[in-house]
Amino acid sequence: MTKYFSREHEWIEIQDNNEALIGITSYAIEQLGDVVFIEFPSPGTEISAGKECAVIESVKAASELYAPMSGKVLEKNVALEDSPATVNKDNSVWFLKVQLSSPKEVTALMDEKTYQSYITSLET
Amino acid sequence: MKPDTFTKNAGLLLEEPLIFEKGSLNASGVDMPEPPKVDSSLGGFARKDAPELPGLSEPESVRHFTRLSQKNFGIDTGMFPLGSCTMKHNPRLNEKIARLPGFSQAHPLQPVSSVQGSLGVLWHITEWLKDLTGMAAVDLTPAAGAHGELCGLFLIKEAFKARGELKQRTTILIPDSAHGTNPATAAQCGFQIKSIPSADNGLLDVDALRAATDHTTAGLMLTNPNTCGLFERDTLEIANILHSNGAYYYCDGANFNALLGQVKPGDLGVDVMHINLHKTFSTPHGGGGPGSGPVVMIEELAPFAPLPFVKKAKDGTFSLVEENPSSLGRIKGFHGQVGMFIRALSYMLSYGIDGLTQVSSDAVLNATYIQHHLKDILGLFSTEPCMHEVLFDDGALRKDGLETLDLAKILEDEGFHPMTTYFPLVVRGAMLIEPTETESKEQLDQFINTIKYWMERTKTEEMKERFKKAPLYTPRRRFNEAATARNPKLRWYKK
Repeated sequence: MTKYFSREHEWIEIQDNNEALIGITSYAIEQLGDVVFIEFPSPGTEISAGKECAVIESVKAASELYAPMSGKVLEKNVALEDSPATVNKDNSVWFLKVQLSSPKEVTALMDEKTYQSYITSLET
Repeated sequence: MKPDTFTKNAGLLLEEPLIFEKGSLNASGVDMPEPPKVDSSLGGFARKDAPELPGLSEPESVRHFTRLSQKNFGIDTGMFPLGSCTMKHNPRLNEKIARLPGFSQAHPLQPVSSVQGSLGVLWHITEWLKDLTGMAAVDLTPAAGAHGELCGLFLIKEAFKARGELKQRTTILIPDSAHGTNPATAAQCGFQIKSIPSADNGLLDVDALRAATDHTTAGLMLTNPNTCGLFERDTLEIANILHSNGAYYYCDGANFNALLGQVKPGDLGVDVMHINLHKTFSTPHGGGGPGSGPVVMIEELAPFAPLPFVKKAKDGTFSLVEENPSSLGRIKGFHGQVGMFIRALSYMLSYGIDGLTQVSSDAVLNATYIQHHLKDILGLFSTEPCMHEVLFDDGALRKDGLETLDLAKILEDEGFHPMTTYFPLVVRGAMLIEPTETESKEQLDQFINTIKYWMERTKTEEMKERFKKAPLYTPRRRFNEAATARNPKLRWYKK
């Protein structure tokens, strides 16, 4: 399955039936440092592209997770809620499973190659 | 390093257990007779076991707290580059003045005729703040900076209520480099928060502000100089954008130390602003005293100002105004933090206006001196001239596999308090250094040379290891920050 990336360093992996998984990139994880707490929206919550949908608290700061695409939350990763540090060990861990409402929004996101050159541009 | 001594003390660095882990109830400062047996009237709810109170004799308890205080690093210990934003030097003269019996023994319910001196202090500091900020009115009562923010947004809400626009004005604009209290205050007041991005040079993106401002905008909360230590030079344009949309310009006064006597916020287009007496005007806070966050405002907002305030009659006597139908009411008991007004006025009077102007000049000079000497050593975030604080990113450290935290911990070994780290959030691995006006050139040179010394030693594996192990010489080594955040031990339990 293909992953797409946002400028705010979230990834989204679109699956069958317009369901998708949302997580954060290793660049974001490195910036955050050790994650100590994640506040998830409850299943059923409507999220909209570019808007805050969760709070990630690390030893350095409290930051927001921005929804890369709009939809309805189907599931939150309960295991991650209990042990948020997992995200520091594994950047493929998902935060939210959502039912996408506007699949066309994907065109506003980056593919892996574009995202890599985007973060290289941030480094310089 | 663990000392090789039997006691684990290392000379004057004394180990000290928790007060609950030492002494016993049998030892105390006062010998009390055994109490007579009484029948409890608590219906079976009386405590069955003795409370776990610590018991120390007077000299033991004096030593306990003295030893704990020696483990602390404060402004009286050494250079404290968190700066005025946290605490600058508290002149001892202020303490002497605040302890004069006429002030320290006064009661807030005394007849006003018997506390003319204290009321005079409130009146004079109000006039000083008006002069320094170029504003029409002052509310002294907010108890701290965030309380001042709350008061400021209440005033804005009252103004919209009077204009019949309260329903329409739903949004407060906040730059992404703002202090966390700004969005918290706006949310507390029921506003939506819209984040305005910073431009690459660290200043507010004026075009983004223009695009975001409309008839639903209640106001903007902006710190000036901003949290990147840069003067928001587009302030008049910012004010114009807000005012032409009927919105208010709130200024967070946390960094007023850079502006004292140089410019007046009233001339920068600001409508309402809080001032931290416990930052800019040197009054103690944290463990040592309460904060104080007076709010200054334009004429248009003055009718809504909280009560009470002090009025001066033609014959020079002072009275308290405690009623005003248009006021939003009281937001604090009695008159605010009167002890802080005395200290802050003592600071203002001992410097005078020329001295306060010198304070901000020296604060900016000291930060600029650090910027000049470290700009090629650490990664400078912006080439804009810095104000009273200078911001670096972690570029130079990251190149060698180190991070901001490693340098901060090395500074602890060197006997400096670390600078502000990882804030503002818009800068990667931010290091924000604010020396304040009171540090000497010798002290600044020592700080600069210490950072240079370590930044020349980031290349070898051995030295990298040394960075990662720091601090070695503090009472406790590097904490596991994730564990302290996740599982803090906030209570002592008997083993």
